[in-house]
Amino acid sequence: MRPFDYTRAQDSAEAARIAGQGATFIAGGTNLLDLMKLEVMTPDHLVDITHLDLNEITQTEAGGLRIGALVTNSDLAADMAVRRGWPLLPKALLSGATGQLRNKATTGGNLLQRTRCYYFYDPDMPCNKREPGSGCAAMGGMNRLHAILGASDACIATHPSDMAVALRALGAHVDLMAEDGSTRTLPLGDLYRLPGDTPEVETNLKPGELITHVVLPAPVHGRQIYRKVRDRASYAFALVSVAAVIDVESGVISQAKLAFGGIAPMPWRMTEIEDFLIGKAPSEDLWEEAADLLLSDARGQGSNDFKIPLARRTLAAVLNEATRGDDQ
Amino acid sequence: MTAHLKMDKPDTRNRLDHTAQGLIGAGMDRPDGKAKVTGTAAYAFEDQPEGMAHGVLVRANVAKGRLNDIDRDSVLRLPGVLAAMCGPRFLRNPAQGGANEAPVQGSEGIAYLGQPVALVVAETFEQARHAAHMLTLQIDAQEGQTDPDIAGYESPDAKQAQQGDLDRAMKDAATAIDVTYTTPSHNSAAMEPHAAIAEWDQDMLTLRGSYQMLKYNRNELADALGIDPKCVRILAPYVGGGFGSKLGIAPEAVAAALAAHELNRPVGVALTRQQVFEGTMRRSESRQRVRLAADASGKLQGIGHDAYISNLTDEVFSEPVTQATPFIYAGENRVIGHHIARVNRTCAGSVRAPGESIGVTVLENAMDELAHQTGIDPVELRLMNIPDKNPTSGLPFSSHTLAEALTTGRDRFGWDQRNPQPGSTRKGDWLIGMGMASAVRVNILSEARVRVTLMPDGTARVQTDMTDIGTGTYAILTQICAEMLGLPETDVSVSLGDTDHPPGPGSGGSWGASSVGTAAFLACEKIRRELAKKVDADEADLTLKDGMVSYANRQVRLADMIDEEIEIEGHVEPGDTSDDVTQSTYGAHFAEVAVNAVTGETRVQRMLGVFAAGRILNHKTARSQCLGGMTFGLGMALTEELMHDPRDGHIVNRDLAEYHLPVNLDVPQLDVVLLDERDAYANPLQSKGIGELGICGAAAAITNAIFNATGVRVRDYPATLDKVLAGL
Ligand SMILES: Cc1cc2nc3c(=O)[nH]c(=O)nc-3n(C[C@H](O)[C@H](O)[C@H](O)COP(=O)(O)OP(=O)(O)OC[C@H]3O[C@@H](n4cnc5c(N)ncnc54)[C@H](O)[C@@H]3O)c2cc1C
Ligand code: SF4
Repeated sequence: MRPFDYTRAQDSAEAARIAGQGATFIAGGTNLLDLMKLEVMTPDHLVDITHLDLNEITQTEAGGLRIGALVTNSDLAADMAVRRGWPLLPKALLSGATGQLRNKATTGGNLLQRTRCYYFYDPDMPCNKREPGSGCAAMGGMNRLHAILGASDACIATHPSDMAVALRALGAHVDLMAEDGSTRTLPLGDLYRLPGDTPEVETNLKPGELITHVVLPAPVHGRQIYRKVRDRASYAFALVSVAAVIDVESGVISQAKLAFGGIAPMPWRMTEIEDFLIGKAPSEDLWEEAADLLLSDARGQGSNDFKIPLARRTLAAVLNEATRGDDQ
Repeated sequence: MTAHLKMDKPDTRNRLDHTAQGLIGAGMDRPDGKAKVTGTAAYAFEDQPEGMAHGVLVRANVAKGRLNDIDRDSVLRLPGVLAAMCGPRFLRNPAQGGANEAPVQGSEGIAYLGQPVALVVAETFEQARHAAHMLTLQIDAQEGQTDPDIAGYESPDAKQAQQGDLDRAMKDAATAIDVTYTTPSHNSAAMEPHAAIAEWDQDMLTLRGSYQMLKYNRNELADALGIDPKCVRILAPYVGGGFGSKLGIAPEAVAAALAAHELNRPVGVALTRQQVFEGTMRRSESRQRVRLAADASGKLQGIGHDAYISNLTDEVFSEPVTQATPFIYAGENRVIGHHIARVNRTCAGSVRAPGESIGVTVLENAMDELAHQTGIDPVELRLMNIPDKNPTSGLPFSSHTLAEALTTGRDRFGWDQRNPQPGSTRKGDWLIGMGMASAVRVNILSEARVRVTLMPDGTARVQTDMTDIGTGTYAILTQICAEMLGLPETDVSVSLGDTDHPPGPGSGGSWGASSVGTAAFLACEKIRRELAKKVDADEADLTLKDGMVSYANRQVRLADMIDEEIEIEGHVEPGDTSDDVTQSTYGAHFAEVAVNAVTGETRVQRMLGVFAAGRILNHKTARSQCLGGMTFGLGMALTEELMHDPRDGHIVNRDLAEYHLPVNLDVPQLDVVLLDERDAYANPLQSKGIGELGICGAAAAITNAIFNATGVRVRDYPATLDKVLAGL
């Protein structure tokens, strides 16, 4: 690990200001420290944000929730208000990592965790994300964890977060504070960028910008399901995950929010699919058509080809489960 | 004084059934358990001497090539850096188990990506790791060969065997099976990363290390350094898991010793998790072709088992895939083939029951295919093919309990609930199936010495360089000695893992408990004879219990009988019973799985293992071994795979997040039954090795269950969801 300076910030403005000068935030450290040990990330200066006053979950006037960026994954998953109104979120959180990691991992850090691409973690391998212009070892290499949607010729890595997939389906926003203390809000989808020619740039954050909160809109009606398919029963990243909020009224779908994990460089959402489903009666054929919409541009890279049929099947299973029965 | 036995004839005295203390077989807690769970047991890297510097190894980043030099200046100016070194004494890879000499040496020749070719030493681990990252290597890369199938296979004569005419048997067979399975590379993935701390005192080297077989490791280390073995002491009182990966002396030990010598201060070298995965032994990937020829009744007339595996050049070890194939089932005609490719991949060596764990697994898959083709119940098929003597050598078997294991398991598991028609049981989205497999593992006795000292206060001290790699050696040695000397277990202290003690057998090949236990038993028996002499009685007439000695209606305190130490070195050597009979342990695995019809995910619902390994010395530690083996079997079946990059062969998934061992949620209720057995040919304890039996065949029970659940035969391990899905 490289030597670095360390500052413990007292408030958000101070944290953002120091980060604006080139320092890197550290929250739970569960991802950043691993990357620093491997010298994949080599910050000269860390700003410890764990003492900031950002660990509360409060109600918003709109009937939603405002979640401090430092609320741990464990606390967020256990919060009664969250469990009642947004059960999708705890389901996604609890499917991720392990109890020990979730106790440390924070809401902000979870959103900004880096990919789990094997080659990204190995500084001896070419990787455009780690070292722009060096190439992409995952192409033509092992790419079981990699993207079938949204990738580019420069990078095919996936975003590994489960929490972010649920938040995307729930229509969450992120509150940000810039180095000059100014604030703004972005829809979660706009936080992330697709790799294009610059896979090293993963977000639309300005230098030093701090995530202060995640804001959930008021609960939406419907069944909430998070289905994560992975290589072992626990403690593995998603190969494919589907987050869904679906409601059926009078035999037709009246509410549809869908997001996908494990298949793209960011938590994936296509509102076309949702619009397409609304007003239609559940059927296997409908699920097929929905999957066609999702996967029309999907492209496998070899060891991840199976994700295309797997995503199709998982989506159908989730939609079946969400629309099954008469208690809607 | 010594007590020596060469195991030339069976020992039918059932000695341990007639002693009085009542400790043998009991599930006694490990005496070392409390220290381990409270974190006070000092593992290799935790016993750091004053002034220790930290060394971090540097990997070669090409699959093949020549290291011309390292750019020392690139790191020596970094804070804390003390030295950067490479050289002719560096090890290319760890020594194979029992090598007793150094493996290939020299950092110049690069044979695989990940080979440790240099060491950087600094005041702190973090400084050393950073410098290791910064060190520039001057390498001429060469064209390597990393794909075994392209490299091609050698087929050494000594490793091929043929009997009868298998081709003819296949032609004449009522049912013939000819299938090919593949298994991937595996890593032992021991919890404690490999580590060594070297400290010199003049010409004397003390090495604290995490190694399994110290008597060999000492010679290997001395050979690597070019010094007299007498100048080397190795300490390994606690080893945090070995599974074969710590059998031989390894690069970190030699590098630490060289650096400590150069810097004239203690140097410790611990591998990072990534280095453990790419730099310690892997189990070779395998391609296995199995042929089975059965007559109309299901009786086997022929078996063929060809194994294709790989290793580095100049390595003698090659995964003994077919080890159990010569004798597990009947059949006149038999072909065994063993083919080795030389590739630029991480060294292949012993990992968790080398041979049988993948070999029996694939054979048991083929047996399941035969059962399905013939319509014979899988348990019946095995029962009808158990030979009454070794069909290859013609030798008799020592105790042989495969049939009992199979029938016991069948009844206990509820095998009669299984629908033989694949894909016929469904609960919601889940397809349910059952599978089974036989377990078999050769039994080995290995030369061992143990010193037992009965102290004047009536307590006993036991010393050997044997290691306890988490298996329970401290416990069973305590039990055997306490039992033989009639002492409560708290009056026996066991000291292990020190080459100053008499050389034990080392931990490996499941021979540990029986071999070292026998040496301890012999020493105690002799102590009993000495005691008998003192009171002019016959040793057999002495009853020793709770520190009291009873004979001929008299009773005295043991402590009152002795006024000076009685020190005996027990020494056992394998003899004719290793050659005159075929000794093996047996068992049967049963598994029930649920396979998700949508995603192809498999969840094991329950598993049963029935095992026979002679006398069980400690039911608790024996059961733990079996649970571990079955869990590894589960990993082999469903999740574990070292992924080699197709271009340079390097191991891509180098951490515990991506090398998928089963985690708690993957492992269901595991039921273990230990059959009561005595094997007089094995040793005077009549016990056999149990450590590795639990993994042998376990994966096949699971993949056979997947077939029963779904009708999908995954012939490419592990049976990940994509492979199951492809057939659904
Ligand atoms: C073995 C393992 C398995 C895992 N499995 C899963 C899994 O299955 N599913 C899953 O979703 N996750 C998984 N994780 C990832 C885990 O969820 C993340 O590591 C964790 O959420 C990161 O949070 P943190 O607070 O520790 O972030 P840190 O490591 O502290 O930071 C991560 C990044 O976010 C930045 N950052 C942190 N907070 C802020 C902020 N408020 N504003 C701006 N930038 C910020 C940091 O600068 C850093 O770049 C796993 C992790 C490990 C190690
Ligand atoms: S997929 Fe992206 S992260 Fe992985 S090696 Fe390629 S460029 Fe790097």
